[in-house]
Amino acid sequence: MTYLPKPKLAHPDLPKNALGFTRRDYEGPISTLCAGCGHDSISAAIVRACFELDLPPHRIAKLSGIGCSSKTPTYFLGNSHGFNSVHGRMPSVLTGANLANRELLYLGVSGDGDSASIGFGQFSHSMRRGVNMTYIVENNGVYGLTKGQFSATADRGAKNKRGVANLDEAIDMVSIAIQLGATYVARSFSGDKDQLVPLIKGAMQHTGAAFIDCISPCVAFNNHDGSTKSFDYVREHNEAVNFLDVITGRDEITVDYAPGTTEVVRQHNGSLLKLRKLADDYEVTDRVAAMDFLEVRKARGEIVTGLLYVDPDAEDMHGYMQTHDTPFNAMGDDELVPGAAVLAKLNASLR
Amino acid sequence: MQPTDIQNPDYFHKVVDCQWACPSHTPVPEYIRLIAAGRYDDAYMVNWKSNVFPGVLGRTCDRPCEPACRRGRVEEEPVAICRLKRVAADYKSEDIARRVALGRAASNGKRIACVGAGPASLTVARDLAPSGYEVVVYDSAPKGGGFIRSQIPKFRLPESVIDEEIGYITDLGVQTRYGTYVPSLKALLDEGYDAVFVGSGAPRGRDLDVPGRAEAAANVHIGIDWLNSVSFGHVSTIGRRVIVLGGGNTAMDCCRSARRLGGEEVTVVVRSGFEEMKASPWEKQDAMNEDIPILNFMVPKTVEHEGGRLTGMTFEKVKAVYDDKGRRSLVPTGEADEFIACDDVLVAIGQENAFPWIERDIGIEFGRWDMPKVDEVTFQSTNSRVFFGGDAAFGPKNIIWAVAHGHQAAISIDLLCRGGDLRARPEPTTTLVSQKMGIHEWSYDNEVAIDLRFKVPHLEKSKALASIADEVELGFDPVLAFKEAQRCLNCDVQTVFAPKLCIECDACVDICPVDCITFTEDGEEAELRTRLQAPATNLSQDLYISHGLKTGRIMAKDEDVCLHCGLCAERCPTGAWDMKRFLIDLAQVTPIVAVEKEGVAA
Repeated sequence: MTYLPKPKLAHPDLPKNALGFTRRDYEGPISTLCAGCGHDSISAAIVRACFELDLPPHRIAKLSGIGCSSKTPTYFLGNSHGFNSVHGRMPSVLTGANLANRELLYLGVSGDGDSASIGFGQFSHSMRRGVNMTYIVENNGVYGLTKGQFSATADRGAKNKRGVANLDEAIDMVSIAIQLGATYVARSFSGDKDQLVPLIKGAMQHTGAAFIDCISPCVAFNNHDGSTKSFDYVREHNEAVNFLDVITGRDEITVDYAPGTTEVVRQHNGSLLKLRKLADDYEVTDRVAAMDFLEVRKARGEIVTGLLYVDPDAEDMHGYMQTHDTPFNAMGDDELVPGAAVLAKLNASLR
Repeated sequence: MQPTDIQNPDYFHKVVDCQWACPSHTPVPEYIRLIAAGRYDDAYMVNWKSNVFPGVLGRTCDRPCEPACRRGRVEEEPVAICRLKRVAADYKSEDIARRVALGRAASNGKRIACVGAGPASLTVARDLAPSGYEVVVYDSAPKGGGFIRSQIPKFRLPESVIDEEIGYITDLGVQTRYGTYVPSLKALLDEGYDAVFVGSGAPRGRDLDVPGRAEAAANVHIGIDWLNSVSFGHVSTIGRRVIVLGGGNTAMDCCRSARRLGGEEVTVVVRSGFEEMKASPWEKQDAMNEDIPILNFMVPKTVEHEGGRLTGMTFEKVKAVYDDKGRRSLVPTGEADEFIACDDVLVAIGQENAFPWIERDIGIEFGRWDMPKVDEVTFQSTNSRVFFGGDAAFGPKNIIWAVAHGHQAAISIDLLCRGGDLRARPEPTTTLVSQKMGIHEWSYDNEVAIDLRFKVPHLEKSKALASIADEVELGFDPVLAFKEAQRCLNCDVQTVFAPKLCIECDACVDICPVDCITFTEDGEEAELRTRLQAPATNLSQDLYISHGLKTGRIMAKDEDVCLHCGLCAERCPTGAWDMKRFLIDLAQVTPIVAVEKEGVAA
């Protein structure tokens, strides 16, 4: 934790994006998390992704639950909307907000405790419903705020700081998300921003439920020998299936790539995902193959990262439910409160 | 890239841009912290040790430190280093007299003569006298100080300050022979001195060579001679309309003095462009603030007179033309010549060295422009017993250079007298100490903020222009001095990296407000500079490279705009970054313990 505000002085050559903002304009107040926390790197990656996508900060809503990870939205996007909800209930609040106003970009930030334990049901149903959002789980395998007990994503056999092994099977958030119908699923590592930033950008460009499981070492309670979520362990076992480059609508592909090494996926909204393949046999749009691949590699002890599954033609909840295009806050009283006569008519139609 | 050798004293010294730029390498951030802490005596001693004349330099220095200041690279203006130095001199206590009285070792039997009592000679005297040397300083003027006294107008530098700081040196047992012109170096050497230091300055003002100059001589004055006459009270008035020729600091002193002695319409005319003038920007500004226009690209053509009575000057208008090698020439624009009426002309177009008193057969070789051949490191001439320093060595420079020369010449003279090798220069000593006091506590003030430079209060203009002796700058008061001192980034508190402790968590990269730090693949410097967090385009600033990380990457830190805020060290979970105060103590003949080493930082 640091008590000093981060100086406003910036590098004189700091680049500006299309909106005239520098990266620093997407920051928030200084983090109060432990020094070296992986979550801070994820915050920095989110800042970079929003800067590079030229997103207007006031069109973003960041939502979170409870926990170290859920504290982080304070530390980035200081000029965006924010909602710090009840423990594990972020997905529901986000779903509600999204229903009321589909025009904002929804960023859900949660942790392994918030999403894999108390909020597991909430997480599952928001994936099922295809809520248009970027859902990031900052996954460190322990309950950091309560001093390092194993969380539901801790691997069986992983040792805690005192050397005691975890006896329970781990929940693999990525597999569950794919299974439950998320249409953009990725895993990354807080210590590799070159991989993480494009994945976040791709998720923000995706229409539908985008989920990123980001392994984020807890320097205080889960960065020791025997941990499977430490910097060293993740670096040793990290097997990236691809490297993503996000090309926003106005950019064009100007380079020819050798066939078979690069794949370009055009998403529904026109954005392009350029994937440099690292694992030859990986087919990113094949949901069943992705699930197989993950199981096989998990059995080998590998941590598979990269963009694991994407459905470029995905629809979202508004599409399924055929809701009105206009956000509530742009509707008039007549539309929002149609009156007793309309209600009576509706009731009559249901009798 | 090769990893950075932080054991090399030059590496961290270069990071302290101000100190590195100062010819005398004054530890600037160190004394600024002391000023902020109200420890003016200690701040004065840090200065006195290094630059000998803090009170004088705090008013008159050419400030090579300020353009180098890192604050000037992240904000508009550098820290007002020079005027903070003056604060130390203004607010020090009477206890200083005791602290500068260094005491005197028993005589070592060696006798040294210094010719000229300017800053170079006086520095030699201060460095040598306490070690037991018998130092005799000669000057033709009735008082010591050289150009400090004769050239710099009193409204910029009160005489009391000169007397005080020269007094500290003469009180060390230095013998002075003021009012004594040295007519022959040969005769001086024959007096049996073990070494002679020539610090006689560049005493001859360059004259103007245009038609009418000779006829109107009564009202055409050489600038430095005129300033000298003003300084010693021989001149107290000047005509109503004055032209000052020249674009250096002497010209600025001339025009501002003329304004105070009756000159109502004073005009500075320079040959080249305003931007290329040699005068310091603030001196130009001060002159313009006193209603003195500076006209540029005008070459003197004739001095106009009526039967020997000066009426004005005619100038040819020119423009700068550059050839393909970038060399400039001034060519006439073809416009009509301009006539400016005046009653007096002050010529301040340069100074020259003159050594009519040095015989050419005593082993001192002279080279180009009739300048003695002087070694740039040892300041020794081709006569092993004769040393040169200050303006006498390499032509006109500034006081701070003269002091730097003096320190080095004193070391050489000491080595000569002890039979040592003059090329074996004594090494500096350095200290590098962590400033961590608690988990988030540092011994220095690291709360860096956007903070604009404070202006030094000036005497009201009407009062200032009414007197040649009333000091025009009032100096910072302690409150303003504290505020200005807080602008210092403490660049001597270094970011020191220990790769063995690093877990590559990126916390420092994420927190750094100025994107200094990058963890990346190794590469050649030119290529590496392009792919850092922020491009490292300032090639005069080093990259701090560290190898030995677990992933095989390197840590590259661009020193250029580092704020020394210490956030990298605060956010580092393993202590791989630490903030360590770097002090470099350049060797001098007399070890002066200026401040106790421990617990100095505020």
